[in-house]
Amino acid sequence: MPKKRQDAAEEFLKGLWRDNPVFVQVLGMCPMLAVTNSAVNALAMGGATFFVLVASSFLVSSLKRWIPKQVRISTYIIIIATFVTVTDFTLQAVVPVIHKELGAFIPLIVANCMILGRQEAFASKNTVSMAVVDAVGMASGFLIALFALGSVREILGDGALFGISLFGPNFEPWVIMILPPGGFLTLGLILLFFNWLKERKDRIVARLDEMEAEV
Amino acid sequence: MNELVWIFVSALLINNFVLAYFLGLCPFLGVSGRLQTSFRLGLATVFVMLITALCSWFLNTYVLVHAPYLRLISFIVVIASTVQFIEMVIKKASPALFRALGIFLPLITTNCAILGLAIFATNKGYGFVEGMIYALGAGLGFTLALVLMAGLREESEMAEVPRLIRGTAMNLIIAGILSMAFTGFAGLFSGA
Repeated sequence: MPKKRQDAAEEFLKGLWRDNPVFVQVLGMCPMLAVTNSAVNALAMGGATFFVLVASSFLVSSLKRWIPKQVRISTYIIIIATFVTVTDFTLQAVVPVIHKELGAFIPLIVANCMILGRQEAFASKNTVSMAVVDAVGMASGFLIALFALGSVREILGDGALFGISLFGPNFEPWVIMILPPGGFLTLGLILLFFNWLKERKDRIVARLDEMEAEV
Repeated sequence: MNELVWIFVSALLINNFVLAYFLGLCPFLGVSGRLQTSFRLGLATVFVMLITALCSWFLNTYVLVHAPYLRLISFIVVIASTVQFIEMVIKKASPALFRALGIFLPLITTNCAILGLAIFATNKGYGFVEGMIYALGAGLGFTLALVLMAGLREESEMAEVPRLIRGTAMNLIIAGILSMAFTGFAGLFSGA
């Protein structure tokens, strides 16, 4: 089944890069900016979101036949909330230090519009395996975005990565980057970079079209 | 009394929901284009937050002591249905008020600022009065941030900004600068 495999790869890459939930769609910012002040927190948050998204996509797509259309959104929210509660208690038991650091932002994964969006836009309309592939792609894209944001902020704001000092004692940390304003600024600058990439690509495509027309 | 003032000012300025906790960013970036709309959305949020504080206090005191693991699910379900119910009552009782706030109510029911308020108030162990004051401060703080942002964005419409940076990227950078200004409030009470 080469065609099916190709589709799956396409769905996966879509979440990872072309429709990246954070950098392209700008979704799920609420629980994201607050916890990306260090790379470890960003990874923990990304991992938690990963589990919740994949598990809920799996459940929603396997139950799609029995979910009445009128109450589908509330059903999705309850499914998501259940998995978030599971994640919350698991993190509390396994890594209490990180759980304390992330605090109230773990339960707030429920309000991440990206997760609900994937259920409504994809999982409720596709087969179980496709829904899982889509969820894994989107969640990986989210995880990578969080990690990028978290490591940029930690390197600039603390002069360290994963708590290991990078620049030696002479580095003057840029404290504002690990404070809330740094989250807004970093994401703003990253989006700017993506705009620039897109515009450059559009320009190249336009040039190629022109050249073709001349020929 | 002093304690209550401190809770209010802390939620309003120092720990502003939008600019320090990043809660409610979707409406903050989505609706802050026009000054008038953002003011009305802010007032609707204050209203929903007060209902939320009431609901979460009730649930915490009477229901969740028996089943703490249902906290998240029950918060969402109860808050959403209460807001929907009150929306219907307002529609019937005061059409004018409904026209002013109504269209925003469904939009903010499961907004993360609302859920965040319920969770933060629970984690801090606030009672009924403290919870209501906290909700009022957080809601007004959200309105303040939204109105400031809308004012800045209306100005920036007129300014000549490079095309590349227009849109979300510029809004986030404006929000970052606003948030930086708000960190100035951090030392407000430490001297006293």
